[in-house]
Amino acid sequence: MHIQLNGEAYPLSESLSVAGLIEHLQLAGRRVAVELNFEIVPRSQYETTLLKENDSVEIVHAIGGG
Amino acid sequence: MSVIRTDHPFVIAGKTYSSRLLVGTGKYKDMEETGLAIAASGAEIVTVAVRRTNIGQNKDEPNLLDVISPDRYTILPNTAGCYDAESAIRTCRLARELLGGRNLVKLEILADQKTLFPNVVETLKAAKVLVDEGFDVMVYTSDDPIIARELEAIGCIAVMPLAGLIGTGLGICNPYNLRIILEEAKIPVLVDAGVGTASDATIAMEMGCSAVLMNSAIADAQQPILMAQAMRHAIEAGRLAYLAGRMPKKLYASASSPLDGMIG
Repeated sequence: MHIQLNGEAYPLSESLSVAGLIEHLQLAGRRVAVELNFEIVPRSQYETTLLKENDSVEIVHAIGGG
Repeated sequence: MSVIRTDHPFVIAGKTYSSRLLVGTGKYKDMEETGLAIAASGAEIVTVAVRRTNIGQNKDEPNLLDVISPDRYTILPNTAGCYDAESAIRTCRLARELLGGRNLVKLEILADQKTLFPNVVETLKAAKVLVDEGFDVMVYTSDDPIIARELEAIGCIAVMPLAGLIGTGLGICNPYNLRIILEEAKIPVLVDAGVGTASDATIAMEMGCSAVLMNSAIADAQQPILMAQAMRHAIEAGRLAYLAGRMPKKLYASASSPLDGMIG
């Protein structure tokens, strides 16, 4: 299946939770925040939130800015 | 009629800060310079931007929040780069999640890429939503006193008019508008954007601003760490001069040395 990840189509070979996606992207333990279909996914719900076909996922972090 | 000014602590969202200089983290050559400049500035509130994480790239890239630790600094996430209320609101929600539920945000909605002038219509819309959602909104705006008044009425906790356009270093382009905003506001007024060098920051503080937020003036200086120190002193000097109350300007001379006891 495919999801939209940070604005681009991203293939997933298996169904994943948000926690699984974070792990898959090697972002575990990093300071990121996740939005799924325009709604925030709280960290506490990463494990229980399952991704579906065509879900739109945004993963953000802090960078330098003024 | 002269009034002796008394010092008031600089309080943002219930927390008192001793530094009245807020700094951005953009435009530095690397993370090390960012960390050193910010330490030299003495700033306690530091702005960051929120952006998409690079997927599959730069996995070992140092994370800004590891250099600018939220344990040491108050992190002020901004909505820079947003051109409408909806994207700014989404960015603030992501920032709150990113920072473990902290509600402090810098709302900044731009209108135009050439001027980076604030879009006050979208800013007013977003401010209403964010205040309703419990955010502590420090809001970047134009130097229009009426818009500043509206943003205060909505419930923003600080109003931050530009001194000049972002990144121009032109200083306080319209001091008279800023004076009107300062006279009317009951919440902290910070100059945000346009400061170019230390004297610009001092002037803003002498006028009675609660604090100044800057990024380019430090990061784009030839020696950013040195300029960060300069800004720290400039802000303190300006605040002290504001409290001290300057002498009146006069057209003609007034001798400093007494005329009595002259020889000859």
